[in-house]
Parts: sequence; structure tokens; C-alpha cells
Amino acid sequence: MKTMLAIISNALCRMTGRNAGARVVVSRSFADFTPQATFDIKKCDLHRLEEGPPLKAELTRDQGLQYYRTMQTVRRMELKADQLYKQKIIRGFCHLYDGQEACAAGIEASINPTDHLITAYRAHGYTYTRGVSIKEILAELTGRKGGVAKGKGGSMHMYAPHFYGGNGIVGAQVPLGAGIALACQYQGNNQLCVTLYGDGAANQGQLFESFNMAALWKLPCIFICENNKYGMGTSVERASASIDYYKRGDFIPGIRVDGMDVLCVREATKFAADHCRSGKGPIVMELQTYRYHGHSMSDPGVSYRTREEIQEVRTKSDPISMLKERMLSNNMASVEEFKEIDVDIRKQVEEAAQFATSDPEPPLEDLCNHIFYNNPPLEVRGTNPWSKLKSVS
Amino acid sequence: SPLFHKFLKEALNKVPKDKCVTVRDALNQAMDEELERDERVFLLGEEVAQYDGAYKVSRGLWKKYGDKRIIDTPISEMGFAGIAVGAAMAGLRPICEFMTFNFSMQAIDQVINSAAKTCYMSAGLQAVPIVFRGPNGASAGVAAQHSQCFAAWYAHCPGLKVVSPWNSEDAKGLLKSSIRDDNPVVFLENELLYGVPFEMSEEAQSKDFTIPIGKAKVERAGSHITLVSHSRYVGHCLDAAAVLAKEGIECEVINLRTIRPMDVESIEASVMKTNHLVTVEGGWPQFGVGAEICARIMEGSAFNYLDSPVTRVTGVDIPMPYAKILEDHSLPQIKDIIFSVKKTLNV
Repeated sequence: MKTMLAIISNALCRMTGRNAGARVVVSRSFADFTPQATFDIKKCDLHRLEEGPPLKAELTRDQGLQYYRTMQTVRRMELKADQLYKQKIIRGFCHLYDGQEACAAGIEASINPTDHLITAYRAHGYTYTRGVSIKEILAELTGRKGGVAKGKGGSMHMYAPHFYGGNGIVGAQVPLGAGIALACQYQGNNQLCVTLYGDGAANQGQLFESFNMAALWKLPCIFICENNKYGMGTSVERASASIDYYKRGDFIPGIRVDGMDVLCVREATKFAADHCRSGKGPIVMELQTYRYHGHSMSDPGVSYRTREEIQEVRTKSDPISMLKERMLSNNMASVEEFKEIDVDIRKQVEEAAQFATSDPEPPLEDLCNHIFYNNPPLEVRGTNPWSKLKSVS
Repeated sequence: SPLFHKFLKEALNKVPKDKCVTVRDALNQAMDEELERDERVFLLGEEVAQYDGAYKVSRGLWKKYGDKRIIDTPISEMGFAGIAVGAAMAGLRPICEFMTFNFSMQAIDQVINSAAKTCYMSAGLQAVPIVFRGPNGASAGVAAQHSQCFAAWYAHCPGLKVVSPWNSEDAKGLLKSSIRDDNPVVFLENELLYGVPFEMSEEAQSKDFTIPIGKAKVERAGSHITLVSHSRYVGHCLDAAAVLAKEGIECEVINLRTIRPMDVESIEASVMKTNHLVTVEGGWPQFGVGAEICARIMEGSAFNYLDSPVTRVTGVDIPMPYAKILEDHSLPQIKDIIFSVKKTLNV
């Protein structure tokens, strides 16, 4: 049995030519499905580190199905958002995350719900992994009162406990993240903050100010650069004098990670979390990833990159396909099982979209509310002097 | 001798329980008391700890509270303002000092987009209990890049409270209220007032003394004309009022204390009594605090009580020059206020 699986596995590796293949270690040979397997993962490039994350990752069947479900949910949710945007039911900014699912899923798999996370505007994936329902996300995108921010925030301004958005100003979330890490340190709660930014934001001055203070004060902050190769329409080579984003923290140690492999992301983030929690201070991670959509819904995404490039990533490095094939080729789950999960997710997303399209918009009485927190009611000037509106907290 | 003892006893009984406290010390007391009261409160900024504060406002605090609560930052306004906002989001209550508000321009995105707007954007899910404080407006001889007044800039934005104290009671009571407020407060001090002593009542010296944000104070009652001002120029208005009183013109002087939300009701009540209004500020005229007061008076019930248009006394519409004679003529002087009052009263 063991030899047969090994033969099949090796053959599959040769056929697909994928170097993220697996040498299978069978824990139990009597179950229908393999309950756990160990996979080789790509070695991370290291900066100012003697050792890096492990080269093998263990995956249980349950974990695998969970990561698959998470990534597929994000994928389908984003594609639904694309659809709704084209139907003009979603308006304004909409920056989609499909292609990058392994980053959000891998990070969430390695931190605690009590840890903190902040990201930029390509935030729907993280909003989901940090606990907001598909329904509340889509309804926020469609600007309805059932949205997570009651329709007041929109795509870039969704919040949840220990999730600080969703931030519209490129790079501004990085000092915020360092500040959240300061609060963790101050309160002595052994929590940390994952602070995400893109390859475009990596050139913002405020990042370097944050790096300096985080290192100086040994803040428990994991700075993560999601390098999807393009800052809007500008490729990394055209924006950065150094595209080694994991080294840009200079005096801060860094690791460069295959961001399309959820196991790689998980192991690297675990490594980074241990680093922070042991009091060593901040660490920088670069996740090499890819977005299938353009920068936003108003960008077709093919004027600055080729369709061939996009297609190549889809076929060779899609994070969801990679995980699925790993599990299938190691007999950790069946094709039918994955299909069932897909059907279930499709149903959930469809129901959420239904809600998001039918839920009413916020009432006009809500217009001026929530300007302040825990504040007595106040009067707000409307568009003209006779329009006196009310604001409650 | 018994006569001497009687004299001494009478003299001691006359000693007022009020005492003179400088604005600097009042601010220091406010921070000290709030740091002691709530362990989530902390102070960060350039030179606030070991240097005792660039203007010595935080003197003694680092010695008392240590590195955890009083944090020296590198010269990174955008970075440390953002860090302060993030800390506020995650449950702390930071006081973020800008060495002067001129430097806050480097960080203004964090003040407006990260702090001010977040409660609204999150529909009340995410509070930002932070105070941004520091000296604002003109100092003495520091020239153009170090003399700007930011009252109008910050007061323009919903989601912020903007406070501008004048005397020591204002400074202490308003800073305590600002620190206790669960929302972002921009607290505009004045460097030239730091060293000025003011009487502080016994009540004001207590640890629970706060002044509500959003309420102006009538510093001097009068019946002929209303002068509205904030910060240092409240003093100028009172000095002008003293001179004018000798000529039989009684000025009512209102100390705004808070720029946003502005206590328009107090101004309106006064104007309905005096029928004349002069605003006095150090900032530039265009789109300024005085301009806002004019608009609000026009839109409200007091307009019909005006016997003449509102007059604004402001800084001259130029970058601040260096030479003393030029600097002196760039800001409202007492004679400018007196002149404007008489013009408004047509006397």
C-alpha cells in the first residue's frame, strides 16, 4: 500500500512537473482517506536569519478541507462581487482578491483569533477570514443596512473584532498596525499584529518610519508585503529600485515566501509569529502572490501584463487547485467531497448575494450617526441652513 | 505683642485659596492626573520623556511614570501619529504630542483619514480615543514655517473635536476632558502662553476638575459689543476691553474654548444683547474661524439683531515674516482690536 502510493505520487509529480510534489508518509493505512500527510514546501529566502521556516508541512485531512473551503469561499465571493459590480449593484471601488487566497487562509491558519490583523484596500478576503460573514461583506459592498458597517463604509472600510480594516490610503495602515502591536506589548497580552501592505505601498515613507520604531521598541508586529507584482498598473521593476521586499526592512529580519502555497504561508507565518512572541521584535514577510483581476473593477488588467501571464498562473500556480491536487494525490479526500463543498459554497454565496441585493439601503435617519463614539446626541448641519439633522453615537 | 499677633492672623485669613499656576504647569497637572487615573493613558512624541518636553510641558512625567507610559519617538510624525492612532484603536488612550502643529502637516492624513473618519466609516464599531496636542499658531521670531495656525484646517473636519484653551483653568480642565473623551481631539496650545501665570480657583486645582468640550465662556460681561476669540487673543480682547471701558465702551468678551463643535448659541445670545460682533484670531482671514462665525451668525437668529456687519480681526494674509517689526505687524495688536471695535460701533 505504502509503496503503491509512493509510486503513484512520484508518477504524478513527474507528469505535472510540479516541484511542490509530495513524498507521502502514511500514518495509518487502514482508513479510507489518509488522515494526515507531510508535504515538502518551498524553501524561503532569508534575510538576517540563520534559520527559516521548516521545509515540510504537516496537513491533516480536516485542515486541508478547511483551508480548501476558506479559499474557495473567498474565490467565489470575489467572483460574485465581480458579477454584482458589472450589474452595477456594487459601485465605486472594488479591489478583488482572487488569486491571493492562500495568503489570507494561510495567515489565519497560523495566528490566533485574539491576534490582530490590518490590511489595505484589497481586504474582502481578510474580512472573511477574520470572521465576518459572506452576507455582511456582500451587503456592505452593495451599501445596504445589513452590511458589516451598516452601508456606511463600503469595500475598503469593513471592521471586526481584532480586524482593523480595510484602509483606503496606501501605506497608512502600516503605522496603524505597528501601533496595534504597541498596544499588545503595552498590555502584555502575548498577542501580535499582522500588518499587510502591497508591493506598491512598500515604497511609502511611513513604512520605513514604522520599521524603525517597531525595531527600536521590539514591537510584536509581522509586516507582510503581499507582492502581486503590480502596484495598480506599475510592475515592481518599474516602481522599486530593489524588488527584494523581504529585505526592505533593512535591520529587520525577513523571509520571502511562496504566497500561492497555503502551507508555505502557514509555516512561514507560524515562524514569524514565534519570532515576535519570543520578544525578538518585528519581522518582515514577503508573500509572492498574484491577482487574477486588474487592480480594481475599472482596470481590465491586461494593458500592463499579458493574458498569457495570467493564464499561466491560473494553470500552474492556482492556490486552490494546488491544495486540491495535493490532497487528491495523497488520497486525503475524494473528488466528490470537493464537489460537495463547492456546491455548498456556491449556495451560501448565492444566498448572501440574494440578501445583499434585496436588503434595504440604510435609512436616511442614519446619515449623521456614528460621527462620534459614546457621545451625547448632536445637531449636524444639512446641505442648507434650515436642514438640521440629528447625530447619535 | 498681641497687636502684632492680631495683625498677622488677619493677614493670614486674607490669603486667597486661589493660587497662580502657569499654563505649562496646568497642562502638566492635567496629564499627570490622567496618567495616574487611567493606566491606558500614555504620552508619546519627540523629546517628551528624557528632555522633559521641548517646551517642558511634560516635565517630571517620565521620571514618575517611566519608559512604558512616556515614550520618546524618533522624528517621524507620520509614523508615530499613525502608531498612536493604531494604539487607540487597540484599546489604549494615547496623547500624541506634535512639537508644534506645523509638523502635524506631515501626519495630517493619520489625523483625518485614520482617526477622525473611522468611527463613522465603521458605523460605530471602531472608536479612536486619542488626543493630538501641541503648540499652535505664532510664537516669537520663528518665521513662516513654524508659525501657522491650524484651527481652521482641523475644525473643518467632521469626526474631530478641536479645542483651543486660553488660560490655566482652560488648559487643565479641557485637557482632562479631551483625554477622557472617547473620540479624536485636536488640542491647540499656544507657546507664548505656556509661561503665563493665571489664577486657578481651588475647584480648578482638584483632580476631578474638567471643563466640558463645546461650551464657550463669557470672560467679561458687557453691553455695547461682543468680542469673540480663542487662545492667546482672548487676553488681547480683555486688554482692549479695559482700555475701551475708560471711554465708556463696554465689551462682552467670549472665550470660545472649543472651536469644533462651536458654541454658537453663546455667541448668538451675546449678539442679541449687544447688537455688534467682532471676532479676533491669530490665524489667516480666508476660510478661518472668524469666517465661520460670520456665516453661522448670518444663518441664525442673531442676524436680525446686528446693527452692523460682523468684523473679523485676523492675522495678516501673509506667511509670517522674521524681522520683529514685521512680525509684530503680522498679528492682531490691541490697538487693532480697539480700532475695529470703534469702526464697528461707528464711533
